[in-house]
Amino acid sequence: MKQLKRIAERIVEIMLTVSGSITSLAILLIIVFLFKEGFGLFNSPIIEKGYALCVNVTNPVNKLNPYQIKHIFDSDITHWNELGGSDEEIVLFRFDEIFSLYADEEFGEDYALLPEKLGEVIAQSSGIVAFLPEEYLPTDNNQVKILPSTNISIFDFFGGKEWMPTSTPSSLYGVLPLILGTLWVSVFAILIALPLGLGVAIYLSELASERMRKIMKPTIELLAGIPSVVYGFFGLVVLVPLIQKMLNLPVGETALVGSIVLAIMALPTIITVAEDAMRNTPRAMREASLALGATQWQTIYKVIVPYASSGISAAVVLGIGRAIGETMAVLMVTGNAAVIPHSLFEPVRTIPATIAAELGEAPAGGTHYQSLFLLGCILFAITMIISISAEVISKRKHKGAGV
Amino acid sequence: MKKTFLALVIMMSALIGVQAQKIKGSDTMLPLSQKEAESFMKANPSQVVTVTGGGSGVGISALLEGTTDLAQLSRKIKFDERKKLQEKGKSVKEVIAAYDALAVVVHPANKVKNLTREQLEGIFTGKIKNWKEVGGDDLKIIPYSRETSSGTYEFFKESVLKNKNYMNGIMSMPATGAIVQSISQTKGAIGYIGLAYVNKDVKSIHVSYDSGKTYTEPSMANAKSGVYPIVRPLYYYYEAKSESKVKSFIDYILSNAGQKIVSDNGYIPVK
Repeated sequence: MKQLKRIAERIVEIMLTVSGSITSLAILLIIVFLFKEGFGLFNSPIIEKGYALCVNVTNPVNKLNPYQIKHIFDSDITHWNELGGSDEEIVLFRFDEIFSLYADEEFGEDYALLPEKLGEVIAQSSGIVAFLPEEYLPTDNNQVKILPSTNISIFDFFGGKEWMPTSTPSSLYGVLPLILGTLWVSVFAILIALPLGLGVAIYLSELASERMRKIMKPTIELLAGIPSVVYGFFGLVVLVPLIQKMLNLPVGETALVGSIVLAIMALPTIITVAEDAMRNTPRAMREASLALGATQWQTIYKVIVPYASSGISAAVVLGIGRAIGETMAVLMVTGNAAVIPHSLFEPVRTIPATIAAELGEAPAGGTHYQSLFLLGCILFAITMIISISAEVISKRKHKGAGV
Repeated sequence: MKKTFLALVIMMSALIGVQAQKIKGSDTMLPLSQKEAESFMKANPSQVVTVTGGGSGVGISALLEGTTDLAQLSRKIKFDERKKLQEKGKSVKEVIAAYDALAVVVHPANKVKNLTREQLEGIFTGKIKNWKEVGGDDLKIIPYSRETSSGTYEFFKESVLKNKNYMNGIMSMPATGAIVQSISQTKGAIGYIGLAYVNKDVKSIHVSYDSGKTYTEPSMANAKSGVYPIVRPLYYYYEAKSESKVKSFIDYILSNAGQKIVSDNGYIPVK
């Protein structure tokens, strides 16, 4: 009988170990997957996969960077001399235009003659830049120069200021506005939520009567249960017009509204965690402080808050985590304009909103898809840095306080 | 009640092994396809049609993998998609089921009534920044766009912006409803939405594609007669092999009853 019990215990032990290791393994695999998909981006060419840019052989320009390509195809750059070429007008040629120049029959069986026709078009115009699929490149035409394609550079990704993932021929993946937008909104959300949250936590744990606490705590916890899309809708319909009228802004969807909505969403987390930490202060410490003649307020900020500091920093980290990772509410109220924020009264675009809005239609395995995974990696790195630093801070504080 | 019945029919057919027709693709066409499928199944109780969204690109790749019978697209099939299908030995057929007109809308208090395509291009690419440049008040222009994933975004870029990129940092909203909401509460706003979404909270702009000679109001009648320029076809694609399987549904959409559903939902019928 005793033997049997021991075996049963052993089995439970093994099961617990296995489930623990499976969970850790799964988390590790997710991270590996995330980074593997993301870093593939830097092995991808700047020009859309399977396509290439061709110019006439007389054109002295040999290389174009993504920004130049974008400006050329947006007709912002109209002459080759702006790119170090001859003084000639740039003629844009997209692949589909070939079908309006020639009849379908002229391409022969299975488009066999298509490269030849494309070659003819390029040879005729000295200022042309053609955007063509690789399989139909007129490679044997010596009048055609194919521009070599470079890979997307890390510098352009992290330092770029333009996020245009679907522009052709060359997409721009500048994540700087997205990273700054995310941090901008989150920082102000925490600046709003932290004093409020701490105040409520102190009130609830130290000052409120038992009856008041019994009403208020479940109400606040209820806030955490509201789906984020409801907060987003509330923000869009109520807060956006309100802020716009109050501050007389041209646009209502701004970083400020995003921060307020996020602050409201982070509040329940901050309040409950911080309040629990404060209530866990041993009765003896509280009474000792009061017995020494300290007032209640002195007790709160000299004894209880320092004692609960690790719990409070945990509350802050959880709050920041919620703010940085929040998707739906932010997607609805911040306007999602990918510009580097200069003030609180401008629209911003955050990383989670970008991933949520774009991943659905990004072709699997393409550069856009990879860049969204890389955004996920960045988000992961940001939250990891925050939680590690919070841990370090709370440990140091404890040593200093001698607790 | 209707839903439970529908679910029951689907389950029953799965049990007895009736092959259902599957439609997948554009989210724009999702409501239309669903309504069509519902009344089609009511008319032909032996048939089962299931409709799912995911985006135009998703529809084509499902057709490529053979996991759907019909792909619904809010844009024409791209050259490389057709090429990929050819490589797999599949030839596809195309049916235009309806047309969708895009209206350019502004805040109701905006004085501006007419805009040319060139002016719209300037506004959405960020070259025209103030309403006074196009005959309005001295007010900053705030252009709203759809997210990059939407077929509407692509079509507007192709038709109005002539393939140029939208301005850097354009406001982009996740849904048409959100655009209507934002424009109705922002004085300097301008955006584009499907004709079916135009309501009294926003004012639609008369558009000219002949540099200002004639301005056309986005209305059902003008879109139908082909005078209004920003109109896109909505397509169904299917494999030539499986024509017999999907024929009855396609015929139903193109029939009078099917086309009535098209116009009831704010789209323009093909006939």
